Amino acid sequence: MKAPAVQIEGLSKHFATGPAVVDLGFAAQRGEILGLVGPDGAGKTTTLRILAGVLPADSGAAWVAGHDVVHDPEAVKSHIGYMPQQYGLYEDLTVDENIRFYADLFEITSAVRKQRSGELLAACGMMPFRRRLAGQLSGGMKRKLGLICALIHSPEILLLDEPTTGVDPVSRRELWGILYSLVFQGVTVLISTAYFDEAERCHRLLLLHRGGALFCGTPTELKSKLPGGVLSMASAEPERLRAALADADGVLSAMAMGDALHIVVDNPQRRTPELRARLEGAGLTFGDIAPMGATVEDVFAYMVSTQPGDRGR
Amino acid sequence: MPKGTSIVAQELVKRFGGFTAVNRVSFRISTGEIFGLLGPNGSGKSTIIRMLCGLLTPTSGRASVAGFNVAEQPEQVRQHIGYMSQKFSLYNDLRVIENLKFYAGLYGVKGKLLTERIAWALQMAGLTGSETLLTGELAGGWKQRLALGCAVLHRPQVLFLDEPTAGVDPLSRRRFWELIHQMAAEDVTILVTTHYMDEAEYCNRLALIDAGRIVATGSPSEIKCTSIKGDLLLVECAPLGRGLELLKSRPGVLDVAVFGAALHVVVSAAQQARVELPAALASAGVIVTAVEPIAPSLEDAFVAMTGRRPDTSEAAQ
Amino acid sequence: MNWRRIMAIARKEFIQIRRDPHSFLIAVLLPLFQILLLGYGARLDADHIPVYVYDQEGSQDSQALLKHFQASRYFDVIKAVDNYPELVRAIDADRCKLGLVIPWDFSRRLADAHHSEVQALLDGTDDNSAQLALGYAQAVIGAYSNEVQLKWFAARGLSQQTVAPLSVDYRTWFNEELESKNFIIPGTVALVMALMGALLSSLTIAREWERGTMEQLIATPATAMEIMVGKLFPYLVIGLSDAALCTAFAVGWFNVPFRGNAGMLMFTTTLFLVVILGIGYMISVATKSQIGASQYALLVTLLPTSMLSGFAFPIDQMPAPIRAVTYLVYSRYYVSALKGIFLAGSGLEDLAPQIGAMIVYAVVIAVFATRAFRKSLQ
Repeated sequence: MKAPAVQIEGLSKHFATGPAVVDLGFAAQRGEILGLVGPDGAGKTTTLRILAGVLPADSGAAWVAGHDVVHDPEAVKSHIGYMPQQYGLYEDLTVDENIRFYADLFEITSAVRKQRSGELLAACGMMPFRRRLAGQLSGGMKRKLGLICALIHSPEILLLDEPTTGVDPVSRRELWGILYSLVFQGVTVLISTAYFDEAERCHRLLLLHRGGALFCGTPTELKSKLPGGVLSMASAEPERLRAALADADGVLSAMAMGDALHIVVDNPQRRTPELRARLEGAGLTFGDIAPMGATVEDVFAYMVSTQPGDRGR
Repeated sequence: MPKGTSIVAQELVKRFGGFTAVNRVSFRISTGEIFGLLGPNGSGKSTIIRMLCGLLTPTSGRASVAGFNVAEQPEQVRQHIGYMSQKFSLYNDLRVIENLKFYAGLYGVKGKLLTERIAWALQMAGLTGSETLLTGELAGGWKQRLALGCAVLHRPQVLFLDEPTAGVDPLSRRRFWELIHQMAAEDVTILVTTHYMDEAEYCNRLALIDAGRIVATGSPSEIKCTSIKGDLLLVECAPLGRGLELLKSRPGVLDVAVFGAALHVVVSAAQQARVELPAALASAGVIVTAVEPIAPSLEDAFVAMTGRRPDTSEAAQ
Repeated sequence: MNWRRIMAIARKEFIQIRRDPHSFLIAVLLPLFQILLLGYGARLDADHIPVYVYDQEGSQDSQALLKHFQASRYFDVIKAVDNYPELVRAIDADRCKLGLVIPWDFSRRLADAHHSEVQALLDGTDDNSAQLALGYAQAVIGAYSNEVQLKWFAARGLSQQTVAPLSVDYRTWFNEELESKNFIIPGTVALVMALMGALLSSLTIAREWERGTMEQLIATPATAMEIMVGKLFPYLVIGLSDAALCTAFAVGWFNVPFRGNAGMLMFTTTLFLVVILGIGYMISVATKSQIGASQYALLVTLLPTSMLSGFAFPIDQMPAPIRAVTYLVYSRYYVSALKGIFLAGSGLEDLAPQIGAMIVYAVVIAVFATRAFRKSLQ
């Protein structure tokens, strides 16, 4: 078997404000999308920065594309494409000028650059905007241009730090479409996101909390970690249902949604009649009670709540 | 329990020069309702909220908030609303308690009520005991709840939230929405804008906004059910890339996209497709492990309703 | 060092300068503005100084001397008075800046002792113009005395050649017209280089930090050295163009003599720019903010260049401790080289000490600058 595209062991990084990454270890296989998922301050950005060779680690080991990034950060740079949260676009340069700048830094010949930027621009629907200043692009297009710049040298490994923050749904789909097509070509993608719904798009997830890994595996594996199941109760007054059920036996958590109550219970089959009786007793009206698939957010909230000494946020 | 109407927008239009930011937008929001304006950045959500707050004058159309006409009685409107903006409008160099007192002063909250409301806001934000911290040192979630506390110190009947959870982590967002639902249960009417599809699920009713127009209105489940022309199927197959290529060109398939380790396929007829697709894929050497109908997400609905690329439309302007 | 990457960075900088109105202003308009301002505004020359004359003798010789004053464009002899108090009153009332008293024995002493004295009364309240007036008066009288000496030698049959060395006294100024603009304007080039170079280079790195583009830049294979050279190269080119522009303006517009050669000018300017750009770059690396960087940069480059380089205030008139400090001010070597190149046509040999000092500075700064920037977010 080939060596993993990215592998880290016992990685730690402390800042003056406290620990950012604590004894972290994981591996990403070639051709997979690994999602680094967690709230702000969980250590996503710090981990990606260390892997991109722009931030030295305090201790531990990290290999990216077979190079030891802790001891020789410069060696990895031609193998990776890195898009920081503050993606490095020059707003006073045009789309083409930005692409050319990064292509030159990676010593891409102009023939290769023209071909590759043509393909990427077409895939992003940005062909008509080649001469537009980057500063005049919409948020979604800026992200896509950032991605093109990070991809112009055909890197083996792509490190993306929250690439979809502030991007409209259509552009977000396009971005993911591009990522999947890269993966089909064997590129490894490490992507961080603060959106739990987006985590479902990744092949595997690394759930980060306070600099450490809570979980690493596929979204399906993650969801099996939730004891019991999730019930959805249709209601026009979900908040009143929540107030009535929050302290019922077997209820792990309850969240009022717009037109339903989502409730995590230890045993859906056993609890459904109990909850129904309780609501009827309180004189509340409600619609269907149906089991629903747990979301990554549900599982994350559960896992964090069971962490010792953590009251969540 | 019959409830009144707190917010009415009738044919609201706002033009900036030749650019129409808001185009004939109408809706009614009942007292105690959480109403969401969902749309991408630049779709006109914030402009609508600013008109309703009396911060911008509509080019045409009418709107009333808490019974006051926003164009004619903007001062009365402002007395009855709370407004929390994207940037949270907090002074980072002031302490927590100083920010609260500043906003209390702006709204004329005084005396015994002042002490009471500040204590309430601190408790709500989970900042009791942290009054003397500098606001700039707070993490995003706390800052957001402090901003919410500042916006509702004067017990407004109507609360406007403009992208309230931008830059706030998911767990803080959960807690924030718990607070919003509690306020709504106390008959505060809430109008919220967001571009997060998953977050819109917290709203009682939604208006999907695209390029200044409302393209759909309804509860989250109504919108999800009615917006998609066709049915959504989850197809698990290997190799995925080959499956994607085959399905793209297949008649009866309206849309196909990779989603994690599977494909999301929109088909015109689910029953028929569940039989035909596995067979077609298998004959091309693609092994199908699962085909099952799934409920569309709000994002699916949004993409289906707008039906085109926002970036391209922008270029046409 | 990879030339291609350096050129990519340099090209990007050029485009940004061209599109950024502030940078464009600093690079092109500021030098022109500076040289015009200093050429006209800060001009220390005074023309047509009003003069009252009290000619006690009224002889052929005294009239000849007064004719020299009349002929000079610096003086206007507006009135002849016949008593001392009136002269004093005229100065007090500011009707004239200079009162000239020619003693009753002027021509006799000139003939007998070849030495005579003229009294000049000046209004000392404006020390600067008094000094100037005195200087011009001395020059006019010097020219007259020169003439007298020539006649004296000629009358005794001595040849012109032997007389010639007398004029050397004036040539040492390399500014026979005694115009301060000739003294000031060459130094202006140093001021423009310091101002333009420091301001622009101090923004380069800070701008990448502020606009958030630094992170992706350091994630590329470009080395710290390539980033520095690529970023500063455009400013070197702009600096040299500005130097050429200022020189052209100085010669073409203000008629400042340019006796040296252009190669020497470019060579010394390059050395100076290496120091200035290196300092600006290091400040930019250290502060990470554009506003902070530009303020520090002005402090450490423009201030010493304008005050302590001998650009406007002659170093040999400074108090000893300050004079000692000027040896540390790198601009003094450039200013002195500029004056040499413009006015004396100095070459490599003449300017060896200045160039030596500048090379030392350039090497030291370059070494520090290359070590200043680390490709890391920490």
